[in-house]
Amino acid sequence: MMEPTAYLLLSGILFGIGVVGVVARKNALIILMSVEIMLNGVNVAFIAVGSHLGDPTGSIFAFMVMTVAAAEAAVGLAILIAIFRLKETIDITELSVLKW
Amino acid sequence: MVGNILDFLWLVPGLPLLGVLLNGAIALFYERPLLLAEAAHGDHGHGDAHGGHDAPAPYRKLVSLIGPGVILGAFVVALLSVLALAGRPAHDRTFVQVLFPWIQSGSFSAPAALQLDPLSSVMILVVTGVGFLIHVYSVGYMSHEKAFARYFVYLNLFSFAMLVLVLGSNYLLMFIGWEGVGLCSYLLIGYWYEKKSASDAGKKAFIVNRIGDFGFILGTFLLFWTFGTVNYTEVFSKIPALSSSGVLTTGIATAITLLFFVGATGKSAQIPLYVWLPDAMEGPTPVSALIHAATMVTAGVYMVARSSALFLLAPVSMGVVATVGAATAIFSATIGITQNDIKRVLAYSTVSQLGYMFLACGVGAFTAGIFHLMTHAFFKALLFLGSGSVIHALSGEQDMRKMGSLRKHLPITFTTMFIATLAISGIPGLSGFFSKDEILWKAFSSEHGHIALWAVAALAAGITAFYMFRLVFMTFFGDSRMEPHVEKHVHESPYSMTVPLMLLAVLSVVGGWIGIPEVLKGHNFFEEWLAPVFAQGAAGAHGAAGAHGAAHHPVALELGLMAGSVAVALCGIGLAYYLYRVRTSKPKEIAKAVPGLYDVVYNKYYVDEIYDFLFVRRIVNVSVWLWHVFDVALIDGMVNGIAAAVQKAGDGVRRVQTGVVGNYAFSLLLGAVLIVGYVLTR
Amino acid sequence: MEPILFILFGAIAVGGAIMVVTRKHPMASALYLILTLFAVAAIFVLRQAHFLAAIQVIVYAGAVVVLFIFVIMLVNVPENKLPVERMTGMRLLGVVAAGLLILESAVLARRYAVPAGSSVDAGSVQAVGRALFTDYLLAFEITSVLLLAAVIGAIAMAKKKI
Repeated sequence: MMEPTAYLLLSGILFGIGVVGVVARKNALIILMSVEIMLNGVNVAFIAVGSHLGDPTGSIFAFMVMTVAAAEAAVGLAILIAIFRLKETIDITELSVLKW
Repeated sequence: MVGNILDFLWLVPGLPLLGVLLNGAIALFYERPLLLAEAAHGDHGHGDAHGGHDAPAPYRKLVSLIGPGVILGAFVVALLSVLALAGRPAHDRTFVQVLFPWIQSGSFSAPAALQLDPLSSVMILVVTGVGFLIHVYSVGYMSHEKAFARYFVYLNLFSFAMLVLVLGSNYLLMFIGWEGVGLCSYLLIGYWYEKKSASDAGKKAFIVNRIGDFGFILGTFLLFWTFGTVNYTEVFSKIPALSSSGVLTTGIATAITLLFFVGATGKSAQIPLYVWLPDAMEGPTPVSALIHAATMVTAGVYMVARSSALFLLAPVSMGVVATVGAATAIFSATIGITQNDIKRVLAYSTVSQLGYMFLACGVGAFTAGIFHLMTHAFFKALLFLGSGSVIHALSGEQDMRKMGSLRKHLPITFTTMFIATLAISGIPGLSGFFSKDEILWKAFSSEHGHIALWAVAALAAGITAFYMFRLVFMTFFGDSRMEPHVEKHVHESPYSMTVPLMLLAVLSVVGGWIGIPEVLKGHNFFEEWLAPVFAQGAAGAHGAAGAHGAAHHPVALELGLMAGSVAVALCGIGLAYYLYRVRTSKPKEIAKAVPGLYDVVYNKYYVDEIYDFLFVRRIVNVSVWLWHVFDVALIDGMVNGIAAAVQKAGDGVRRVQTGVVGNYAFSLLLGAVLIVGYVLTR
Repeated sequence: MEPILFILFGAIAVGGAIMVVTRKHPMASALYLILTLFAVAAIFVLRQAHFLAAIQVIVYAGAVVVLFIFVIMLVNVPENKLPVERMTGMRLLGVVAAGLLILESAVLARRYAVPAGSSVDAGSVQAVGRALFTDYLLAFEITSVLLLAAVIGAIAMAKKKI
């Protein structure tokens, strides 16, 4: 098996792309999807190192991350629906009430 | 007594302090709400001198017991302590009682301790004894006042401060008492603070005093710098060593003593800082008697006497003290002959007599100075209290031009005041004669003395006799010049006021008999009592050369000078008799003949106006400038500026909270980048 | 063999991710997301983590993205009402910062060597299962509680009437 270095680099790239999505997009749905990408990047890192060390802990961690990601996606989308019902928009720049 | 009475020395200042606390509690928690409620209801319950009033409230009876009572207690303790001290051998009469360590810093220690020696013993007896009589007098005099308790709080506080001043064992404690009496002077002069002239007089007294205090404190600093200590016993015992080692030069001694004397001129109303004393007559008359005759103003004399060892090292300072004393004596005497307010005459008389005391100290006759301090306390307090009795009888009239023939109406007051007048004029046999004469003799004969000083002092004595008898003649003799409505209510004062007068009259007569000089076949007990205190200083100044003195002046010279001063006094009395009993129109003619001169003297040589122009106005202008530039522009600007800056900063910073989630994520990202970058570059 | 496959699937993953982030319509993004997830699953297989790969496809691509698509269709914002995305200063800065982050992670990856491990097969179902139900049993149970909470939360949020 390869050294995990390249995988870690891939993990970083995926994470970075996800971050760009969260920072730079206005559409709330796309932001949520970007979060999923970030989580995936993290999973790659976990699996890469875990398999390199021969430790199932890596896989377990990735498993947990996945579970939490699923839960978070569900709740996040529910909130989005609730907000959409109220404000008729999913543009986060218009959903800025908690400001100065 | 119980154990050793000297262990209870702390009661002497302690009892008046207790009086302050008790009377203060009554005044603050009982009287003050009462007066505020009365004022709110528009009740003008303050009767004038003869206002019909209901029976005094019970709290007043309590205050009248506590106020004088604590002073009486202090007097008893003081008397017993002095007797205990007298029981000791002459060289062992310095008793120090340490109350608590107070200041302890490295090698500098200034304990809060009381020192009882012959000098302070005289002072505490005068303060508590005369003070007690004045407290009793005040009960009657102030009985119609609304703020009765407040008066006694301040009076007790004053007694406490004065006793701390004279009993303190170091210059710092003296200074605390010094400031304390200054404060009480302000509080008591401005007792009727609703009256603008009274509150102004209080401020003037305090501020002028403060100028003197500055000199005092500088002197104390210099003293500490030179000696390393401020305790009396330590300072004076170090003088021989430091003089011979060259640390204590004449120059430094002169500087210290001159600075001290500046403080004395402020507190004891000498030229140039005497201007507050005549204005201080705005206060109640017993206050004038206690503070501005018998006790507070003598603090400067006490201070100079206490520092005699230092003064004797600085002939220049002695000269200054003597000259200023003599000059003040004659200067204020001349003002006294033209004044028409009975209390003003007495005020200028006090300034003049204080000049005598400083003259005495300046020529090295410290004992004579303290002697005159004591006798002056007796007859001047009597004169003031008597004048208070007159004013009380005349429903508040103080102008002598509106008095006359009161001899018939106020017999006791007249008799006692006449005795006091004889005393102050130096009539033989009375107390004032012995003390004043000793001063005149020493001014002439002492090695620090000078014939010019004697001449000025003798002339001033004559003027004193003149204006005092002028006062008596205008007030008690002749036809009545009273206003009709005043004349109807004229009455002698109650016993609470006349009994102190009588007691003081007795003291004015016999008080001098403890100091009869040898030439008159007497034994000067007073000088003997005080000798140990001043001997140390004299020894330090003269080394082992032995004291000089009147030993090589012929007895005839002394007797001759004595007779001369009596003659001068009789001339003064005679002149007063002529002008105010025989040819009563003459004074007005003289005034018209020399209008310019008369105006200048009548207006106190315009000293107040000169001070106002030279100093007061300048300082006020500087203050106003400082106010505009520093207080308003700079400090307010800074404080408000900081507030404004913070507000603007907040205004700017709050815009970070945009509410847009992406922006928050960005700041998180930024932080993460920076932290990871930092970790990488380590 | 492995490096080639890694580069292939890695490129697909990255490409898919970039497309997810840059599409205008969320539906397009969702579809590209599926692509990315599949690529990542392949990478898991490359590392012998078969169990996770399967879970990735089933849970992530199969459930989560489907949920996304449901919501996208439910929300149903018409094309012309979609938010207009402008490239502001902040966005650019964000991209730059992300790039920096990637760079830093690359440096990190190179600097810290991972110690060699055994060649035990740790990603198989047996290994993961054993670990899950012995060492990490508590975490497993708590995860179930978490999922319960998420379910209740999602229903509570999205209901029309409580």
